[in-house]
Formats: sequence, C-alpha cells, structure tokens
Amino acid sequence: MKNILLVLLVSFIGFSTQAQEKKDKNAKREIAVKGNCEMCKKRIEKAAFSIPGVKSAVWTPENQELIVIVNEQKSAVSEIEKAVAKAGHDTEHVKATEADYGKLHECCSYDRE
Amino acid sequence: MHKYFALFAVLLFSFGATAQDTLKTVQIKTNSNSTKKSFRKVTNTSTMTSKELLKAACCNLAESFETNPSIDVNFSDALTGTKQIKMLGLTSPYLMITEENIPSVRGASQAYGLTFTPGTWVESIQITKGAGSVVNGYESISGQINTELIKPVNDIPFFLNVYGSTDSRFEVNTHFNKKVSDKWSTSLFVHGNARVEKMDKNDDGFMDNPLAKQINVLNRWQYTNAEKGWVSFINFRYMNDEKQTGQVDFDADRDKGTTNFWGSEINTERIDVSTKLGYVFPNMPYQSIGFQNAFTSHKQDSYFGLNQYQITQKSYYSNLILNSIIRNTKHRFATGLNFAYDDYNEYLAVPSIADNYDRIDTSVGAFLEYTYDNIDDFSLVAGFRVDQHNRLGVFATPRIHIRYNPWEKGVLRASAGRGKRSANIFAENQQLFASSRIFDVLNTKGRIYGLDAEIAWNYGLSFMQGFNLFNKTADVTVDFYRTDFQNQAIVDLYASPQQALFYNGKSFANSLQVEFNIELAKHFDFRTAYKFYDVQTEYISGTSERPLQAKHRYFANLAYATHIGDKGRQWKFDVTYNWLGEQKLPNTSTNPVDDRLPAYSPSFSLVNAQVTRTFSSTFELYAGAENLGNYQQDNAILGNENPFGTTFDTSIVYAPVFGQMFYAGLRFKIK
Repeated sequence: MKNILLVLLVSFIGFSTQAQEKKDKNAKREIAVKGNCEMCKKRIEKAAFSIPGVKSAVWTPENQELIVIVNEQKSAVSEIEKAVAKAGHDTEHVKATEADYGKLHECCSYDRE
Repeated sequence: MHKYFALFAVLLFSFGATAQDTLKTVQIKTNSNSTKKSFRKVTNTSTMTSKELLKAACCNLAESFETNPSIDVNFSDALTGTKQIKMLGLTSPYLMITEENIPSVRGASQAYGLTFTPGTWVESIQITKGAGSVVNGYESISGQINTELIKPVNDIPFFLNVYGSTDSRFEVNTHFNKKVSDKWSTSLFVHGNARVEKMDKNDDGFMDNPLAKQINVLNRWQYTNAEKGWVSFINFRYMNDEKQTGQVDFDADRDKGTTNFWGSEINTERIDVSTKLGYVFPNMPYQSIGFQNAFTSHKQDSYFGLNQYQITQKSYYSNLILNSIIRNTKHRFATGLNFAYDDYNEYLAVPSIADNYDRIDTSVGAFLEYTYDNIDDFSLVAGFRVDQHNRLGVFATPRIHIRYNPWEKGVLRASAGRGKRSANIFAENQQLFASSRIFDVLNTKGRIYGLDAEIAWNYGLSFMQGFNLFNKTADVTVDFYRTDFQNQAIVDLYASPQQALFYNGKSFANSLQVEFNIELAKHFDFRTAYKFYDVQTEYISGTSERPLQAKHRYFANLAYATHIGDKGRQWKFDVTYNWLGEQKLPNTSTNPVDDRLPAYSPSFSLVNAQVTRTFSSTFELYAGAENLGNYQQDNAILGNENPFGTTFDTSIVYAPVFGQMFYAGLRFKIK
C-alpha cells in the first residue's frame, strides 16, 4: 500500500513539474484515440510519427489510447491530434471529418460518439 | 501494482539485447502458445516457453530441443550419452549459445555445456536461425540460442521437481524464492542428478550410459527500482559433474591407467559469477544503458582408457551497451563495447601427442547495430562490429537481416552475415578420445593448434504464411540457409579408422526446412517438418558429405490438452515422431570384417510420448517414454572385445544405444 502511494506521489510530482516546464524535450502524453484493429494501429502511429519531434508513438486497441513521447520544443500535442484525426481517427480534442472517417477500411470503422 | 511497474521496467530493458529482443519479450508475455513464431520480428526466431520444455523428459538444456524442428538432437557417443545438437547441419560450436545474453557454452564447455543447465531453471529459449545479432560477439555462424532463466521477481516461493527413469537416472530440482524487500528478490535453485546403476542392455560389456552425479546450485539476486529506472542481477553458480563410464567390470580405483579393463572418468567443476546493471532513462523508455560482466572458471579432468585430457578455462567477459533512437523509434540503434579474456590450460596425452596447449586469448570489440522499422510491412537490422583478437587479428563482422510483409500473414525474411572463430579442436571433439584413433593436426603454421581461424558466411531466406484451413489456424514456413566456410577446422574420419585428422579446408552446408503447423482443435496442435541437408566438405580424399549427418529428416509432434477444469485440473498428451534417413558413416573399410560398418547407416524412426496430469495449480504428475519403438544401434562400440586394440571406437553413433526408456516425475509448487 505504501508503495502504491509512493508511486502515485512520484508520478504526481512528475506530472506537476512537467506542467510547469512548458517545453519538455521528452514529454510523455496520453491521448485518447478511437480505433479497432492492427490496421488502425499502423495508421495512427504513422500519423503521429509524421509530426516532427515525435520520438515514440504506441497505440493499443485495448486502451484506445495513444502514448507519445514528444519534443514539445518542436511540436505541440494538438498537432499530433490533428494529424491522427486527418488520418480518420477521432482523438480527445479533434474529431475526424466525415470524409476522412469514410476513407477508412471497413474493419477500421470504429463506433463514433 | 509495484510489481507491474517493475515488470514493465524489465520488459523495457533488455540487457545487451537489441530492440527486437524487447519486442520478443513482450510477445512471450502475451501469447500462451508453447512455441511462438512472429510475423513482425526481423530475425527468424522461434521462442520456446517453459511450457514447451515440459513436453520432453527434458532434464537439461541439451534434451529440451526434442520437440523443436529447428534443432536436431543427435547422439554424440556411445559412452557419455550426451546429446549433441545441430542447427542448419552444423554442430553446436557453430552456434552462439548464451544465457541471458552472456556467452555460456563456449571453449572448454562445448562438449557437455548444455547438460549443465537444468531444464526447470529455464523461463524461455529463443532460437534464431542464421547470422544473428552482432551485439554478443563475432563467433556465431549458423545461429543463436539464448536461454532466459526464471527471474527472481516473477518466481514463486517454492518449486519441487522429482524425476526418475528406467535407465536409473534420478533428479531433484528445488527452487526457493524470497522477496527480500520491495526492490530486492532472490532465488536459490538447487539441482542434483545421479545415475546409480550400471546397465548394459546390448551385452557388449560396456555401460550404455555413464554412472553420473551432478550438483548444480544457482543463487541469483535481482534489484528493481522502477521509479529510478534501475535493474540489476547478480548470479552465483557452482556446478560439479562426475561421470564414470566404460566396461561394466571397470573399477576406477583399481583399473585406472591400466589395461585390465577399459574405463573413463570425466569430472567437471565450474564456477560462474555474473552481474548485470541496467538503467532506463527517465521519460525515455527507448533509451537505456546495460553493463554486464561475467567470470567463469571451468575445469575438466578426464581420462578415456589410457588417453588423458585436462582442460581449465578461466574467462572474463564484459559488455557495455547503449540502446537509443535517432529522431524517433522507427530508427533505433544499439552500440557498445565487448571485452573477452580466456586463459586456457590444456593437457592432452594420446598415442601420437602428449603436450600442453596453454594459451591466453583476449579480444576487444566495438559494435553498432541499426534497426529500421516502418511500423508497417518492412524492417531491417544492419549490424557491424570490429574486433581485435590476439590470435584472430583485427577483423570486421557485418550482418544484416530484413523483414518484409508482402501481404497479410505473410512474412519474407532474408539474412546474411559473417562469423569467425577459433576451433578448440580437442574440447569440441573429445568423443574421439574414447577410441584407438591417432590424432594428427596436419597444419602447423596457424595460431590455434597449428590451424587457422574458421571463417564462414551464412545466407538465409525464409518465408512464412499464416492462413485458415477449414476454419483452423495454420501456418507454413519454408527456410533455406547456406553456410559457406572459407576456412574450417575439418575433422577427417575418412582417411583411416585408426586416425583422426585435423586440417584447414573449405566446406558448405545447405539446409532446407519445410514446416507446417495447424491447430486441429482448441488445445490440439499438430506440427510437422521435413528437413533436407546437404553438407559437403573438401577432405583430402575428395569432397564428401559429412559423416553422421542424415540428408533427410522428418519431424512430427502432436499435442493435446483437455480444458482446464476445477482448480486447474488438466490432462496433457504429447507425442513426437522423428524419422532419420541414412547417414554416411566414418570409414571402417580397412578394419577386420567384424569391426566394419557399412558405408551408410540404415534409416530409422523414433517415437517419444508423454502424459501429464495436473491435479491442481500446484501439483502435477507426468510420465513418459522415449524411443517407444525400442530402436537400438547394432555394434555401437567397435572393437568392444578388445578395447585396447587398434579397432576400438565408441564415437560412431548414429542412433540410440539405449533402447526404450520410461520415466516419471512430479512437480509441486507453492505460489
């Protein structure tokens, strides 16, 4: 129990310090991204990597979450979200256009809210 | 919760391993199959989990490959019963065998080294065909076998395994584990085995298997600090192995060094100490540093009739590695330094040679391995290393692996690479000491026993396709590999049955494997493989296939398990079938008629089977049989009537010497 608290505390402190320094070179960000399958995974990650400064991008269908490590001196998270949405996948703050969603392979037509 | 963080850190961090190994580790965790092949990995690697190892009688690493088609288990000699393994038609010295990425079976331990790791210690084995990674060294030629032992942080508090078989071999394995603090865990593994009774089922006056005693103790400590990114392992290991073999009437105290009876003793003592330290940079899970160090002392004292052989090897191995990315994780690299020091004391006394072969080998190397992954259908690993070795000189080792997925569930792989090594001709061929052969090294100018270093290129092409057949998951793989030796330390047994000649020369080994796997029903798997080998060497007497190598082999394995019932109750059944085509035998044509063998061995087949009954998640019993068809080689020991005569030879073994063997055992766990 003590350990859990410690971990929470450490990560909390970690986040709050990150929040203060705006331009983190290795900012870890979690973005909710909708998708279904392995094909979606490739598309989402490729879209994220197309943004300069993205060092790592991993999306898992189970968590519906894209975890990126990005150099925020080069690009903001919002740009990643835009790129992913442009590829057809709804993100936390940016929705894909009807047209881009329509271009997806049928196995990737995730349920939209 | 804490444990998951620790686990996560361990997964992210792979000591001395490449980025691909990290992926692989993750795959083991997510797949429940006992053997796993990946569509995404760049190298042609199959992973055997501990589940797979439970399928064979499997007492040690040498015996754990019987259900794996990539590796052929051979029968090395009629005396020690040690099983030798081959991959792509080449014997184990041409494989890089590592334990948690530290080279383990090399130099003095080549002949018996695989029998010094008990099967119950193993968490998983990764078998890579072809050139392999440059990270661990320049020696691998036909492939790499890496064994991961059970990690203290994942281990259960207590494990007991007891085994007994009708060839009078007994084994006990006990594992203890303790989580000392939230950061430290420790495991203590104690293994003992013994063969207590002399057996001579084929009535040739010689024991079919040696009397044996082994004690093997490993204590490992693991430190994990997930918040700070540190992981460390410290291992201490002691092993003592004693074998006595030869004529049933041989009494070591009375007959050693005499010609009363023929006998042999092989005693080995080994100490290993190794440490690993790994650091993952905060907020940069893709960047890490690993530093590993290993010290080994290996001492073998042995005699074979009147022949004597002693070898001591003191080794130090060190590896520093940095894993990171260029711009993003599509471009990864690993770079670092290796240092190796080997101090050999070797003494050999056979009729033609009585000499010390003491030598010290040192090497320093630097490596760079770049990995590109387009996160879709293509990836590439290009590795390069330069080493400076006091005997092999300064040389470069390039290796490349490519993966391409042309369509869904299809994967095409190609690899090419160079390997170079010094052959420890006596340690690697010590089964020949148990014969009347006269040893002769024909070259004199080289720097290793008069011979030059072995140099080979390996090229491979592999295609795997997964598909559904009548709604069942299936896959088919076709592999072709070629190994070209520019220079090999050739062992020539074709000149005369009374000679073993060693000299440098050229050779090649082509191997083709067609493998088909299908899940016939849930928990009901069928695996089958056909293998073709064309292994040709330029002997003095002309180009010929290598002896004791079957050109054609066929393998099939059927595994069935019932659904897991109440409290984990389950039945598991496993049957393995192996067919070996004819094998060319060493030349015996000039021997007297009774001690002659045909030019080729007959083809034969072997069946092994096992049943496991799991009573609960903590207790299970298993029983099985090896060589159910009771196939036995005739005339396994040539000249057995007169073991000090000129035709005596125990090294020509192409089939089991011991017939049917039954075994049973239990496993008990406290979780």
